[in-house]
Amino acid sequence: MNPLIQLTHQGSRLILPTGHSFATNFLSWLAFPGEGEGEMEGDSKADTPDVPPSTDNTPQCLNKALEGLSSRWKNWWIRGILSLTMIIGFFLIIYLGPIMLILVVMGVQIKCFHEIITIGYRVYHSYDLPWFRTLSWYFLICVNYFFYGETVADYFGALVQREEPLQFLVRYHRFISFALYLAGFCMFVLSLVKKHYRLQFYMFAWTHVTLLIVVTQSHLVIQNLFEGMIWFIVPISIVICNDIMAYLFGFFFGRTPLIKLSPKKTWEGFIGGFFATVVFSFFFAYLISQYQYFVCPVEYNSETNRFAVECEPSNLFMIQEYTLPAVVQNAVRCKTVNLYPFQIHSIALSTFASLIGPFGGFFASGFKRAFKIKDFADTIPGHGGIMDRFDCQYLMATFVHVYITSFIRGPNPSKVLQQLLVLQPEQQLSIFNTLRNHLREKGMLPPAVEEAQ
Amino acid sequence: NRLLRHAGLLDTDSDSGVSEVPVPADDTPEVLNKALSGLSSRWKNWWVRGILTLAMISFFFIIIYLGPMVLMMIVLCVQIKCFHEIITIGYSVYHSYHLPWFRTLSWYFLLCVNYFFYGETVTDYFFTLVQREEPLRILSKYHRFISFALYLTGFCMFVLSLVKKHYRLQFYMFGWTHVTLLIVVTQSHLIIHNLFEGMIWFIVPISCVICNDIMAYMFGFFFGRTPLIKLSPKKTWEGFIGGLFATIVFGILLSYVMSGYRFFVCPVEFNNDSNSFTVDCKPSELFQLQDYGLPPVLQSITGWTTVKLYPFQIHSIALSAFASIMGPFGGFFASGFKRAFKIKDFANTIPGHGGIMDRFDCQYLMATFVNVYIASFIRGPNPSKVIQQLLALRPDQQLHIFNSLKAHLTEKGLLPALEEAA
Repeated sequence: MNPLIQLTHQGSRLILPTGHSFATNFLSWLAFPGEGEGEMEGDSKADTPDVPPSTDNTPQCLNKALEGLSSRWKNWWIRGILSLTMIIGFFLIIYLGPIMLILVVMGVQIKCFHEIITIGYRVYHSYDLPWFRTLSWYFLICVNYFFYGETVADYFGALVQREEPLQFLVRYHRFISFALYLAGFCMFVLSLVKKHYRLQFYMFAWTHVTLLIVVTQSHLVIQNLFEGMIWFIVPISIVICNDIMAYLFGFFFGRTPLIKLSPKKTWEGFIGGFFATVVFSFFFAYLISQYQYFVCPVEYNSETNRFAVECEPSNLFMIQEYTLPAVVQNAVRCKTVNLYPFQIHSIALSTFASLIGPFGGFFASGFKRAFKIKDFADTIPGHGGIMDRFDCQYLMATFVHVYITSFIRGPNPSKVLQQLLVLQPEQQLSIFNTLRNHLREKGMLPPAVEEAQ
Repeated sequence: NRLLRHAGLLDTDSDSGVSEVPVPADDTPEVLNKALSGLSSRWKNWWVRGILTLAMISFFFIIIYLGPMVLMMIVLCVQIKCFHEIITIGYSVYHSYHLPWFRTLSWYFLLCVNYFFYGETVTDYFFTLVQREEPLRILSKYHRFISFALYLTGFCMFVLSLVKKHYRLQFYMFGWTHVTLLIVVTQSHLIIHNLFEGMIWFIVPISCVICNDIMAYMFGFFFGRTPLIKLSPKKTWEGFIGGLFATIVFGILLSYVMSGYRFFVCPVEFNNDSNSFTVDCKPSELFQLQDYGLPPVLQSITGWTTVKLYPFQIHSIALSAFASIMGPFGGFFASGFKRAFKIKDFANTIPGHGGIMDRFDCQYLMATFVNVYIASFIRGPNPSKVIQQLLALRPDQQLHIFNSLKAHLTEKGLLPALEEAA
């Protein structure tokens, strides 16, 4: 094995040891996002073989356009072009609206699931268990049905009440989902073959853990989206920004390694990325909070049968005055500053993305080392699979969702009303009285004598 | 030898890299060993199993008598023991004893997930108690955030604990822990939910599964001829079908007996004044005798036109049918698991029976089914939870809901159309 330059199977990727000149460092990052290494570490379980790498699939047109350059620069250009393409694609689908975003999230989720399951197959040589592909996809459909059914029931209450079959499906939704899952479970038990028990159990567990990670995250992303597109755009942008900023700071100032798992990450990159991301998100939030299109919850308009994003922006997105602490006052010479409250929240979001987000990336790196794979797949030329791009986003969606439910909004009003209407009449009456007293106390209802119907 | 389960029927596996898990030593109590020293080993084993079965059933009755609090404790303990058994198997399979962090992390994740689930339960059912105490109120308001933060800490510790030569082992154990949590902890949490609905929803399903086990064995012993599934050669179709009918009959009779007692039938409530659990209420319609007209076929046979039944008995038919038909799949799953990892039993906690998991393998799906069944067909949402959500909304949303509710109640005739007195 040539220690200086090792050409791997995947097209023109380069692995270069550290400690070389400026250009090679730069290019080695490009070849290997944040994780250059000279060789793969050995593992105590030597019996499981290497996963065979997939072939290069750079589009022909790019290959022709760049065939004049040396392979190092060619790789750099491919990555750069693809990065720009992905960012433009992101803006395009935002412009196209919520429905498009939901469809894209679903598409990404299915692709991520497919990538991880394919790795599982390769690791365990499970190709000859034909039932297993069917079962994995079946479980994916079941879990998606369960989650999206809950979402549809919550957010499209009015639409659902109109259509009779939908009403039935919603009422017994959990039972139907459970029955579907059970059918899959029984099929798994019936498909157990004498010599392959262990493989089958491994794949069963692999499928379930993948579902847990990928599908719940995507479901939470959709829930965040319904809260307002800003809760979808800002977190994702923050993570992307942190990736890029941490790299740039590491590139220019990087000296102290951060963690043995990813030798390319440095403390300078980490801290610099942290501050840069906080500043970026602060300004980005300011920019975006002005547009109703981003700020309003996505509602389903029953009359026009479409999604509408129009509303009166909540307090979070209206400029308020904040008094500066005395120290800053002397420095800046302003007493107060006009901010959107959302910008304060964005500081919390960016802090999380910078401090905890990288752990998602380390987790994915460890996973790739454990199973001796270079990338999850080869979908995006120069970048790897979809999962490679989304590994830092893992925890972000869950965090944003938990943050919203804890600090921002309360329960969903239409869901509460729906639950109310299902209760027993005497329970409804007692709740009605409790609510009436509460509203009277608050002065929202005139006391004593009720208004006429 | 028909009396011994999983008697030496281990198949070889294509993945021969992992060695057999060492079988734990026999730990039949000395007293039993002495008492039975005279008999041959076959009958000795039969007696040991029989005595332990009786002991477990009596224990079950005792804890039911002791009330909801003790039941919850027992469920919690069983859950912890099951978790421990499965994780120990994971350690033996992967020789992970020398990764000390992992024991700590597995128990830490167990604590986190339990904290999350029990916190949600406490918030739902003990709403008034929680509102009174200030620290509890904060804990319950930001409960999800706190649970998530605790889980994240565990996740980060896992990432930091990754050691160069053991990545794959560590990821395997991480996956193993999470799947175990998914199976064991969610099931136990659903059992507690069922319990709060009324102890009968806890006792009848468990009894149906136990009865099905015993009846399927008896029918198989006396009439068994056609094998059921290659995975468990001892199971037969005759046992399966006989067990189904016997369990349904047993379920109907047991629910008849139990529906008469308020202790079993009433939802478990927390009484704020006495600070204890009470099971006192007016039984719901489900537990009041009603007349059912018999179909003409049965009428001519028995000579009655109607029969008095509790509606709950009809539901118990559904529960026992599920226990008899689906419960065995849980057992096959556990058998396949034991074959896959070449173990005879999950552990050796109960002499003659194996570990706690061996006793509970058919219960896996039952608890989830009962919970889904209750949520879909029996009760609606929890009223105190709805009030809690209502009071958390914004005032304009509350007003909107108030008006919708008023219109709905007026339509139903529960509210007089004009003003009522303050």
